[in-house]
Amino acid sequence: MNTPRSAQLMRDARYERIFFLSMSLPAMVLVGIGALIPAAWIIQQSFQTLGGDFTLENYAKLLSSSLTWRALFVTIELSAATLGICIVLGIPLAFALASTPPRIANRLMMLILLPLWTSILVRTYGWLVLLRSDGLVNKTLIGSGIVSEPLPLIYNFTGTLIGMVHYMLPLFVLPTYAAMRDIDANAVRAAASMGASLWHSFWTVILPLSMGGIVSGGTIVFIYTLGFFITPAILGGGKVAPIAIRMERTLSTFQNWGAASALGVLLLVLVAIVAATLFGAMRLLRRHRVGG
Amino acid sequence: MLDAYPDNRLGRFLLWLLAALVLTFLVLPTLVVIPLSFSGSNLLEFPPRSLSLRWYENFFGSGAWMAALRTSILLGVLTPMVAVPLGFLCCVGMNRLSGKASRAIYGYVLMPSILPGILLAIGLFFVLAKMKLIGTVAGVLIGHAVLAIPVVVIVLAPAVNRFDWAQVMAARSLGAGWFRGLAGIMVPQLRFSFLAAALMAFLTSLDEAVISIFVSGGANSTLPKLMFLSLRDQIDPTIAAISTLWTGFIIAIVLIVNTCQKS
Amino acid sequence: MTSLPISINRIRKVYGNYIALDDVSLEIRAGEFLTLLGPSGSGKTTLLMALAGFTRPDDGNLRIGERDVTRLAPNRRDIGIVFQNYALFPHMSVLANVEYPLRLRKIRKAEAHERAQAALSRVKLDGYGDRDIAALSGGQRQRVALARAIVFEPRVMLMDEPLSALDKNLREHMQFEIRKLHDDLGITTIYVTHDQREALTMSDRIAVMNAGRIQQIDTPDEIYHRPRTQFVAEFMGEANILPGDAFSEGARPASDMVMIRAESFHLEPPAGETIALTGRLTAKAFRGENWLLQVTTGERQVLFSIPATRAAGCEALTPGSEITAWAARDHLHVFAREAAT
Repeated sequence: MNTPRSAQLMRDARYERIFFLSMSLPAMVLVGIGALIPAAWIIQQSFQTLGGDFTLENYAKLLSSSLTWRALFVTIELSAATLGICIVLGIPLAFALASTPPRIANRLMMLILLPLWTSILVRTYGWLVLLRSDGLVNKTLIGSGIVSEPLPLIYNFTGTLIGMVHYMLPLFVLPTYAAMRDIDANAVRAAASMGASLWHSFWTVILPLSMGGIVSGGTIVFIYTLGFFITPAILGGGKVAPIAIRMERTLSTFQNWGAASALGVLLLVLVAIVAATLFGAMRLLRRHRVGG
Repeated sequence: MLDAYPDNRLGRFLLWLLAALVLTFLVLPTLVVIPLSFSGSNLLEFPPRSLSLRWYENFFGSGAWMAALRTSILLGVLTPMVAVPLGFLCCVGMNRLSGKASRAIYGYVLMPSILPGILLAIGLFFVLAKMKLIGTVAGVLIGHAVLAIPVVVIVLAPAVNRFDWAQVMAARSLGAGWFRGLAGIMVPQLRFSFLAAALMAFLTSLDEAVISIFVSGGANSTLPKLMFLSLRDQIDPTIAAISTLWTGFIIAIVLIVNTCQKS
Repeated sequence: MTSLPISINRIRKVYGNYIALDDVSLEIRAGEFLTLLGPSGSGKTTLLMALAGFTRPDDGNLRIGERDVTRLAPNRRDIGIVFQNYALFPHMSVLANVEYPLRLRKIRKAEAHERAQAALSRVKLDGYGDRDIAALSGGQRQRVALARAIVFEPRVMLMDEPLSALDKNLREHMQFEIRKLHDDLGITTIYVTHDQREALTMSDRIAVMNAGRIQQIDTPDEIYHRPRTQFVAEFMGEANILPGDAFSEGARPASDMVMIRAESFHLEPPAGETIALTGRLTAKAFRGENWLLQVTTGERQVLFSIPATRAAGCEALTPGSEITAWAARDHLHVFAREAAT
């Protein structure tokens, strides 16, 4: 079976694979330098003393500190709350856009792309201006007599949450909208013809059919917010300290690479768990659809 | 989809009310800074009592701000120049390799988009310190290009996979090598995907703050880094001027993209 | 223009458990028009792509003239290929498409222009050079693809179902045009199709493929009238395959498998030695140029195709009636024993 010719041809096929692999290689090397090695280095640092010896002390200190647990809790709380609000606000918006003619929807889409493409710092600054105690929001609330004292909307959890929802909402709406656009309008008409109310067909037809987009949008939101830094750093005003903020503070105040790295690994584990869960959910969703 | 329910006026009304409120929520913070930037006082009064251009003068007259602007524009131009060719070649390689290998590469190059920014920034700080690139444009460029690669690949991979590869085969049969087949036949036909990828890479770099905060410095600080520092320390209305300019620039891009889509 | 012979020697290609090409060998003479004919999945396109250089065989030799091309890159084989959906370059004008191979060969601009115009005029597209590809009809695109494949004077042409996207009338017209182009240029041509009529119309020889093997390679006449295997017989038109003792007149031993074409039958005995089949009519259909009669004899179904010109009486036949049909004895084809199964 193994003629000299077949050996030659097998070698040619291998060279060809290497050739195509080498086309992907420059991008892979760059990702290696800029992402893989940095992440690996953080993991390595987390197991080292300042002198470079192996230690588990960083983790021992980290896990015994109440600050860590509070940071972990705030991180998850912020991500979950952001995701929840994005779902509540984003799904109706996506649904409204998907029910308009594409020509008009494309115009309205610009209102979603504008914040998406605007610098996070510009947007954060806008919220600073709006949410201050003498800002537009509080002035309006007081002026209309809803509240008598300005609400504390900034430099706290609320302000951070508003900023994060604002940052993530376009990223949630885009895939959800795309999934809803793909729904066959006749499916909804069929549900209506069988007597389903708008409310009923929204829950039984529209929502299940757009679940793929909702889950991928939700995944983006959750994973992204876990490592958020800019928004809590500015709108949190030092009072909101998720893991990302703790990392920076550990570095800038204590110069403690080991402890900061251990926090980084904690964040990494959190992201991995969430990603694995959500990707698993997506796969299940896909299989469910093929099966059903 | 609402057309199946022409009688449900209330449902429609509530849905549109909510949609309008959410859209307002989305655009409000980007628009509110515009009047503020023309304010004459350094208090964040709304609406401003007097008008002036002093914050714009402040911005354009400041050496530090101008240096940051130059750095950001330079990075914005360089990032697509690095990320788009690399991302494109990667997509071609993935398309030609077996499903398993190509899925592994795809997952790998998307990694920077999943890793938390703060982790990348701190880790990159160390790598760049080893390479003596802290505070240089090249150092930040590595960080920005790494973040842009997933964006470019996500935009270009479907275009490359959907392309009629028989055309590349035809070019090959007519005497073209791989390079000429791709450059002469595929690239010109995918020009809009390339433009989109370049635009996304440009915006990724322009908007990037976390890596810049950690690894850029001195005269090579980026605009977002300077804005971050100035927002954290005190609220300087110069930021309003910068934000207005930035928003105007993004509106122009959104409008251009929108007209391109239509034609 | 001189053309070259092609020699395919024990080419093998396996995908996992699936044998796409099972040690295929084939010799094509210089200037010959050979068709690879077979159902989809028979390996004909895989073989063509191996010749073109886009599929790497696992083993074997491919030779064009004296040159072993098995391991040569596709861009260095100098083969003109017409792809199934033409694979024209939509971002270039018609002329730029045809000039493309010449530009790659660094031919001077003026000469390239002249040769491209000549190629376009050969496929009757004079004056179409400035058009966009998108502005052409299917037939015109087909011609541009042909012009692009011949303009650099390749010694060998490969065509992969080039007419499958065209409607029936245009397809039949193009069959003659492609054959005429071949006769004018004399380029060795391998043509892939699954349409047996197209293969019969155009080819010097036909290689019938099935399951990664060549079943038979012969002239259209031989393939049609003297198929070596039942597969070939059934793939080429309406064939009745019967045991030798099925005939009411001129029977052979039951162990012989024989084939007789549906159109060999007459409702009256022709002159000379004849054979006859008797059975009960189960269905009939008028198809314009002929009547198709489906007849049951014993447990078998047989098809008679009676030309409309001598089908008087067919109209009056009623299903259920017993009929007898005759054929000239020399139209009966007996399969060689080892090939009959």
